[in-house]
Amino acid sequence: MDADDRLTADLADDLDGAFDALVVAHQDRLYTIALRMLGGAGVAEEAAQDALVRAYRALAGYERSRIAELRLRPWLTTIVLNRCRSVAARRATRGPRPVSIDGDPNRPLAEPSAPEAAAPTEVAERHAEGERWAARLAALPIPYRAAIVLRHVDGLSYPETAAALGRPEGTVKAQVHRGIALLRTMLEAEARREIEEMTA
Amino acid sequence: MTTPLEITDREATALADLTVTAPPSLRTSVLVEVGLADRYGRVDSPLGPLVVAWNGVGVVSVDIAGDDGAFEASHLASTGRPAVPSEVPQRLANAIARRLEGDRRVRIPLDLRGHSPFEQDVWKKALEIPRGEVRPYGWIAAEIGRPKAVRAVGTALGHNPVPLIVPCHRVVRSDGSIGQYSLGGPQNKRTILSAEGLDPEAMEDAARRGERLVGCASTRIVCWPTCHTGRHMLERNRRPFRSLAEAGASGYRPCKICRPVTAAA
Repeated sequence: MDADDRLTADLADDLDGAFDALVVAHQDRLYTIALRMLGGAGVAEEAAQDALVRAYRALAGYERSRIAELRLRPWLTTIVLNRCRSVAARRATRGPRPVSIDGDPNRPLAEPSAPEAAAPTEVAERHAEGERWAARLAALPIPYRAAIVLRHVDGLSYPETAAALGRPEGTVKAQVHRGIALLRTMLEAEARREIEEMTA
Repeated sequence: MTTPLEITDREATALADLTVTAPPSLRTSVLVEVGLADRYGRVDSPLGPLVVAWNGVGVVSVDIAGDDGAFEASHLASTGRPAVPSEVPQRLANAIARRLEGDRRVRIPLDLRGHSPFEQDVWKKALEIPRGEVRPYGWIAAEIGRPKAVRAVGTALGHNPVPLIVPCHRVVRSDGSIGQYSLGGPQNKRTILSAEGLDPEAMEDAARRGERLVGCASTRIVCWPTCHTGRHMLERNRRPFRSLAEAGASGYRPCKICRPVTAAA
């Protein structure tokens, strides 16, 4: 019995008593997925919050047996991806779109975090490297981005990724494949630009 | 089926490193929104600063503001939920302020989970009493179909978790005296009733003279003394009565708006 099986058993017995444990167990991964899909910390928190609230309301309407049989990881992932779409659409009607499908890969879409002035160089470099990867990911078309975020950032298996996205496993594998290929193209283009700048 | 590109170690590590920790506010926001945790904050009132607790379901409690630690402990003991200090959202603060000014149109959702259906019936009925008017406990008992449960009505009002929002201060004893008040004692009840335009001393004087109801000689309608329909009555038309039976014997019918009853004391 893994942690999620114990959690679904507890949720089936006492939703209100066990729901906090679900939040604690899944909030980081749901927030990560939202952040990598949407780019901004504020929208990501909004989407993750909406997802967990919807999950609670759905569970409150489910029979015990249905809760006990839930596969929490893909189920919650599907909800957060739906909330990401809604939050992005809601923000789009209010102001500048936080998500750009065709974003410039050199411009990080993630909100820049406060500069870590006191951080050792190594940490700062790793941080900068993370920002660059986040920006590359944000530049991918949404279906590829979603597949890679679930498979390689969150670490879902292919069957779980396919279940969360509601697509056949073969399609998801192809999307990860194309996404990785695009990331490599970006890396190569960045490397070429660096060489050009150095030799200019 | 396409075989996925073999991902390099560098790529796998870089992508796995993109995981982050959720901000601490996320967990609190979720639990508050679904009603498994509460927030609390302060608002002003004619009785001084109040502490209000709420969650995504509605307002949970209103009390005289005091020590935060003591509030959190008693809140946990009475609701089973933690209370987190917060700013009162502007919309809620405005709604409470308007309700305290007597605007009944403003809707304030309440979270009354865990209270008995009888208590909730009593509180909902108290919500119908307009600002500047009072009704006896027996009126609520009669209105909710439990005419003999006058004492239980008094107890339920004493347990009102949201005083001022549910105006239990507008419910007085059947003998016309002001009665008890859970929010800091009877003096506060007088203060609020005065702020709502009533004269508690005069009300009690009239009650001591045996005036329970007031009839209007021109309309032949008998009302609770504070019913707004009787407010513009000419003094010479004013007829005090000890009971509904006495008024009936004089040819007066009960007001359809304030619905007076003769309740057990």
